[in-house]
Amino acid sequence: MLQILRDNWVLFLIGQYPAGPLGGLSATVLIAVLGLGLSFPCALLLGLGRISPFRSIRAVTAIIVHTVRGTPFLMVIFWSYFALPIIIGHPIAGFPTLVGALVIYESAYLAEIVRSGIEALPKGQIEAARSLGLNYRQAMMSVVLPQALYNSLPTMMSQFVSLIKETSLGYVISVNEFTFAAAQVNSRLLTKPVQVFSILALTYFLLCFALTQSARAVERHIARRRREDPAVIRPLESFVVEPAP
Amino acid sequence: MISFENVSKWYGAHQCLADINATVNSGEVVVVCGPSGSGKTTLIRTINRLEPIQGGRIVVNGQDVHSSATDLNRLRSGIGFVFQQFNLFPHMSVIDNIILAPRKLRGLSREAASEAARKLLARVGLADKANSYPGQLSGGQSQRVAIARALAMDPPIILFDEPTSALDPEMVGEVLSVIKDLAHSGITMMCVTHEMGFAREVADRIWFMDRGTILEDAPPSEFFSRPNHPRAQRFLSELRH
Amino acid sequence: MMGYSLDFTAVLAGEHLKWLLSGIQVTAELFAGAWALALLLAVVLIVLRNTGLRPAHWFVTTYVEVHQNVPLLVQVLFWYFAVPELLPAPAQIWLNEHNSEFILALLALSFCIAAYMSEALRSGLRAIPPTQYEASRALGFGYLSTMRYVILPQAARLSLPPLINYTLLLFKNTSIAMAIGVHELTYQSRQIENDTFRTFEVFAVATAIYLLSSFAIMALGALYERRAGLQAR
Repeated sequence: MLQILRDNWVLFLIGQYPAGPLGGLSATVLIAVLGLGLSFPCALLLGLGRISPFRSIRAVTAIIVHTVRGTPFLMVIFWSYFALPIIIGHPIAGFPTLVGALVIYESAYLAEIVRSGIEALPKGQIEAARSLGLNYRQAMMSVVLPQALYNSLPTMMSQFVSLIKETSLGYVISVNEFTFAAAQVNSRLLTKPVQVFSILALTYFLLCFALTQSARAVERHIARRRREDPAVIRPLESFVVEPAP
Repeated sequence: MISFENVSKWYGAHQCLADINATVNSGEVVVVCGPSGSGKTTLIRTINRLEPIQGGRIVVNGQDVHSSATDLNRLRSGIGFVFQQFNLFPHMSVIDNIILAPRKLRGLSREAASEAARKLLARVGLADKANSYPGQLSGGQSQRVAIARALAMDPPIILFDEPTSALDPEMVGEVLSVIKDLAHSGITMMCVTHEMGFAREVADRIWFMDRGTILEDAPPSEFFSRPNHPRAQRFLSELRH
Repeated sequence: MMGYSLDFTAVLAGEHLKWLLSGIQVTAELFAGAWALALLLAVVLIVLRNTGLRPAHWFVTTYVEVHQNVPLLVQVLFWYFAVPELLPAPAQIWLNEHNSEFILALLALSFCIAAYMSEALRSGLRAIPPTQYEASRALGFGYLSTMRYVILPQAARLSLPPLINYTLLLFKNTSIAMAIGVHELTYQSRQIENDTFRTFEVFAVATAIYLLSSFAIMALGALYERRAGLQAR
């Protein structure tokens, strides 16, 4: 197994680069970071829309969120890959397709995390903010969101882990990320699937496990801070479990 | 300054405020008391529209609180509100809690707002806690910061919703003494409380409520010695035991 | 998008309809089979973990962490490419003759979701007071019987909300099986799309089916929750 690693580590790590686009594990990380960065603002908007005082906004965002969450991620990828070029008029490469699909899919999930973070805040906080005369936007920006997002940090970190796992589906549309790179190595070597896929699985495991443990550490830290605060009344939180891809 | 005109409110089928008619004059201190469920907390929360009403009008400084034509945020910035659970913002320091409204609503600079805030903190006896966080304060200290925060916009009216009910007994005194000082400063004040000794000392008038109506509206001297309504009499006698 | 008119008949007629229906059937079979196996495995895992024996505890923890931190697709690929190599020759031959893609996909899905389900059961178990164990043992029940008659039924009721959630996730993730050539719904929709070029219509139909099924699962779940008396608490 070590031999395979030694021979193929470049392919695993960066794909065909510089002979082709960036691939392998680097591509996976890049796609994941882009996906997270771009989906976060969308998720914020969607999440705020879900609790908007206007019924029409609440309805529209609810439909969007529930539809996306009820669809398999692979189908979202196919929508982006096959249907989107027809709308736009010209073909789109796999890489941006994957990122786009991730943004759509993750925005819906992160939106729900944002929403439950806001709703978990004691009602007294927004009452105090509004009583001071702050309007809805000021109250959200200064009082509610800073607290809600901080409290949701562990859950969002574990959602990032799911994101990383979801990038592997780029394999199906031939995006050269880590899983695809491993499949390439496997088809070249042909007789060593156990070793190749073990390397694949082990690497994902190390990456995701490290992140999951960090998320749990952050959660413990936040829980400790809450317990030490006499003025704060909070509901019990569950331990961090990251959802399946 | 604050007038209730035929104010009624229902929670579903239950009527929690029944045709309230009353006035608080400028500079007056009114204490509202009564058994639980009497509607006293609901009443005070309708003044800055934390609770809606279904019937009647509430007029504060000439403005109809529950009318859609009123600029609610502007109105609220002119009314200080102190909650039973303090509701300080835990992610901000004490001084940031106090300067938040002056900075966002009046556009004051951090320095100008902080200077005024420090004076307020000194007034409530917490000058040294400016950079502490709410999580580091005791209940009594938190409530005093909440009072300073409510005063930051220099409102002509301040409302207290059971300010000492969530405090350990030994901290009640420090908060009450701050409120007493405030009462003598000429501000218009309404306070919902169970602390009858406090009421006797500072109130210009006492409103006794039961089941959504004001049964007694009298100065302390009359209320404590000769309450009219039998329910009020019972309330007072139970207090003494 | 000019000049593109929606035409559902091409998708929902004749040959293509048959493909679609067969895809739905395979998805349903994959889902049902994986769900049953996953639940079984989850129970085994939780019983193992609850014994209190160090090696059992270590095994279950590792199992759960591995299956939660490796992408499902990678697990499926591992089962498909790597696991057969590890099996004895007769087993490999048997697999090849009996629709290996389906079986391996089913195994991969169930082993993965079992990890999540066992965690859901674990949090349900945590909520049961130790006095229940004591009472059952006092009556003379051994460990396994205690788990079977007293503990697990209660844990199952408490774990229902996350279990329903993972059931839904399992259902959606059956689509991943297409990566190794299982002819489930997503695969078939690709086939139809290839044949008719009616991209929107095909994917719209497939998505609608997934959404309706998800909705049905959630509704069933809510019904079951109510019957299990969760609302009554």
